[in-house]
Amino acid sequence: MKIVLNKDTMKIEKEQDVVPFRNRVKEYAVKINMGLVNQTKLITAASELVRNMLKYANGGIVLIEAISQGRDNGIRLTFQDKGPGISDISLAMKDGYSSGKSLGVGLPGSKRLVNEFDIKSTIGEGTTVSIIKWKNG
Amino acid sequence: MDRIPILRMGKFLLVTIQIDLYDRLATNLEADLIQMVNKTEAKGVLIDISALSIVDSFMGRILGNIGSMSKIMDAETVVVGMQPAVAITLIELGLELKGVHTALNVEKGMDLLKEKITMYDEEPEELEDEDSVE
Repeated sequence: MKIVLNKDTMKIEKEQDVVPFRNRVKEYAVKINMGLVNQTKLITAASELVRNMLKYANGGIVLIEAISQGRDNGIRLTFQDKGPGISDISLAMKDGYSSGKSLGVGLPGSKRLVNEFDIKSTIGEGTTVSIIKWKNG
Repeated sequence: MDRIPILRMGKFLLVTIQIDLYDRLATNLEADLIQMVNKTEAKGVLIDISALSIVDSFMGRILGNIGSMSKIMDAETVVVGMQPAVAITLIELGLELKGVHTALNVEKGMDLLKEKITMYDEEPEELEDEDSVE
């Protein structure tokens, strides 16, 4: 059972929104006393995913939640966009694959940085990515 | 528009990134640096990222680009002061920062640049000697 302790939504529409968004995630992580390395991993993953959202879907909405499960606290981020969707998720999750001009580490890399990673996509409707980083994960 | 200042010190260019960069700022820095390398005929570029709490794949690519571009322009690039948490994250993310040299701090970075440059400087001097014999 995951209990939501605190939540916030942020609209991401332009690249200037990325830095304030990262700062907000940091505030949430600091509030639950997440260690520096885990904070950095979470914020880097968040940065990759938010950049994907801007690049492929012209932005979207991010839900930031402080959650608790048993004795563990963590941060859950849900990235929702109304972009073109991803036709082949397993291909998109592959290291080094990119449909754009980037390095192709965004999705697989952010998956490695967090504890739980979930991606759902429907062609023509959009993509939702949800990640969880536990405080001690 | 915001810009990251580039300082010139002899044959070197120094850049200290003090704020979290948004994309525009980072791409501007890339372009400005290459222009400066050209204009000042700098032999080395030192980038201090000790104040950066995050280096994602975009920023990693910018650093890599600066390294490769400077190389083509005959200048070496050293990235210094990376925070330990950033290093851990970069490797897990899958970025190895190929193409740029790294050093622990500004002092060591400077030493590394000087070393690289004297190493390359010695070769052309020998060539000049040969020319003078002719």
